[in-house]
Amino acid sequence: MKTYVLRRLLQTIPLLIGISALSFILLQMAPGDFLNQMAENPAISPATIEAMRRNFGLDRPWYVQYGLYVRNILLHFDFGESFSRHQPVFTVIREGLGNTLLLAGAAAVVTWGLALPLGVWAAVRQYSWVDKTLSLVAFVWLSVPEILSGLLLLMLAARTGWFPVGGMHSIDYDDLSAIGKTRDLLWHLALPALVVGLVPLASRMRQMRGSLLDVLRLDYVTTARSKGLDERVVIYKHALRNALNPMITLFGYTLGALVSGSFVAEIIFAWPGLGRLTLDAILTQDQYLVMGSVLMASVVLILGNLVADLLLAIADPRITYD
Amino acid sequence: MTDPAGIGPRDSGHTTASTSVDPLAPLILTDEMSKAELAAVPESPTRIFWRQLRKSPTAIAGGAILLLFYLLAILAPFVAPYTEDEMDRRAYFHPPHTLHWVDNAGHFHLRPFVRQTRLVNAPAFTYAETIGEERPLQFFVQGSSYTVLGVLSSRVHLFGVDNGRVYLLGTDSFGRDEFSRLLFGGQISLTVGVVGILISFTLGLFLGGVSGYFGGATDSVIMRSTELLLSIPSLYLIIALRAVFPIDLPSQQIYLGIVAILAFIGWAGLARVIRGLVLSIRRNEYVTAAEALGVSRFRIIARHILPNTLSFVIVAATISVPGYILGEVVLSFLGVGVQEPAASWGNMLNQARSIRALTSFPWLLYVPGIAIFLTVMAFNFLGDGLRDALDPRRISGGT
Repeated sequence: MKTYVLRRLLQTIPLLIGISALSFILLQMAPGDFLNQMAENPAISPATIEAMRRNFGLDRPWYVQYGLYVRNILLHFDFGESFSRHQPVFTVIREGLGNTLLLAGAAAVVTWGLALPLGVWAAVRQYSWVDKTLSLVAFVWLSVPEILSGLLLLMLAARTGWFPVGGMHSIDYDDLSAIGKTRDLLWHLALPALVVGLVPLASRMRQMRGSLLDVLRLDYVTTARSKGLDERVVIYKHALRNALNPMITLFGYTLGALVSGSFVAEIIFAWPGLGRLTLDAILTQDQYLVMGSVLMASVVLILGNLVADLLLAIADPRITYD
Repeated sequence: MTDPAGIGPRDSGHTTASTSVDPLAPLILTDEMSKAELAAVPESPTRIFWRQLRKSPTAIAGGAILLLFYLLAILAPFVAPYTEDEMDRRAYFHPPHTLHWVDNAGHFHLRPFVRQTRLVNAPAFTYAETIGEERPLQFFVQGSSYTVLGVLSSRVHLFGVDNGRVYLLGTDSFGRDEFSRLLFGGQISLTVGVVGILISFTLGLFLGGVSGYFGGATDSVIMRSTELLLSIPSLYLIIALRAVFPIDLPSQQIYLGIVAILAFIGWAGLARVIRGLVLSIRRNEYVTAAEALGVSRFRIIARHILPNTLSFVIVAATISVPGYILGEVVLSFLGVGVQEPAASWGNMLNQARSIRALTSFPWLLYVPGIAIFLTVMAFNFLGDGLRDALDPRRISGGT
């Protein structure tokens, strides 16, 4: 197990080099840079621009720039400077990533908190009206893109005033007590988390249903029933534990996917996360900020997949990786 | 291999032709064969496919919706009463016109009419119908000239009204007709998916085939590239790729740029699956036979191996189209895709982003939203039906 984890971690190194190189090359291909935009401002003298270009190393060839970039990350954990925010990239990203992970975590609670009970419910009452309704709703919901469900919920918030129409805090956030702050945050978090969490809900629910139905067909379940166990014990104690196994793997994989899934919700609900940060950075051609965000989002995705594999190994003793 | 005439094997593409062309076929269907044996000759896969597909009403409905949408998009200049960028300065945020059948005197009209409106509250953009300004809906009316498919020039539009305007689905913040923009936007949004799929599936099939068949270093390079692409969250990658092109480009170049970006991302997942399929298909005897005959390796991949992945590829392509359509929608929604005044479903949705639009002008969300929803659902329905119809296990059960 240890060697497996080590091997997987080592495998991510060339991957991260590849990702950083790819995003670096893409940004080199982009026309103009941040300083070009500044140069259009008549209030800034060409000499200042030239000095900044030298300071940021933008006058060197691209491979020298890339080498410096990688060296600074490895030696000083320095991801460069954000041109537009005049802050180290790492400081900017840390905040955005934290907000995105908060959103993704809340979304995961929504997805799994609903998918598991609904899936079990549908499986236990197979072919009943509950099962059929849930199937139909899931089938239709699969065709509602996040961008539409997001705008619909924003419309609900705007029309009823039950929820804030965006942002992360109320204006008077700083004056609130600790409990008030938490409540305010949760209140702002509710709709974006619902939007992100509802996207994978339909397929997770169907998978939970299928998984439990597969297990309920096994011999040991028949044995449990025939020795007179209560049906609830058969399902929740004997069958469900094994049925959850494939869901655990899926859980890890969706963790990584949630970062990408939050992107649209962050834009619609003005949630100050990594996605919004990246879009702003692209629009202002804030090179190092873009690279840092893409790199960070990929790290989360890769770690999510690693966690998925590890969770499976822990949950299922039959699987060995050594 | 129990079928010497080659009538039955699951080698799609060849089979339909071989039943009619194969010189051996008439020899086998001679009179010493009983009627029962004749009946046992399998149907052609194409016929089985259609028979299976017809069993699924949702797939048929999906296909019909898509056919209608694509037809409407192609004929947009004719069906739409106005052009996509024609602005009406007296009708900003005009709500959808109501079609009336009964006039004020209580008389029923077979030909519906709309009433012209006047602005009653300028800052709130509320309009009231003017009694007495009824405009019956006319068909095949004269309007602005256009060309369909580059050949058919005309000035005739499917419908319109004389001495006034008709906005079936309302207007946007520039007073442009939402119905017309929906149809013209469909030209972009609906074709992005198909063109994108064509490019990325060609790439994915080729690279996946080469990777699986050649193995070795080629395989490693291609597979490491797919891993690289798949480990960057897709929207981050799309946005980073978008930065390569300037924001303000003519809409045709933006269109090509979007297609290129989506195709660049889309091939990776497919190539991995195709590689897996190729690894198992290449072990078949007919591949060894072709190798022994000295057929070139690229020809083996293209003619002997890849056709066997066809049923998988058709289903995968159908199910992947919505992803590409939504890719364009998201990019245009974020303001880095198709730029105004050209219409796309994404930049139409962008008009619904403000709180004011959502509370007061909801048609700005409903019109493109419902179109996107129906398109995605139709592709999902069709893909599901195709999967069932092309599943070999179902086919054997059906006959």
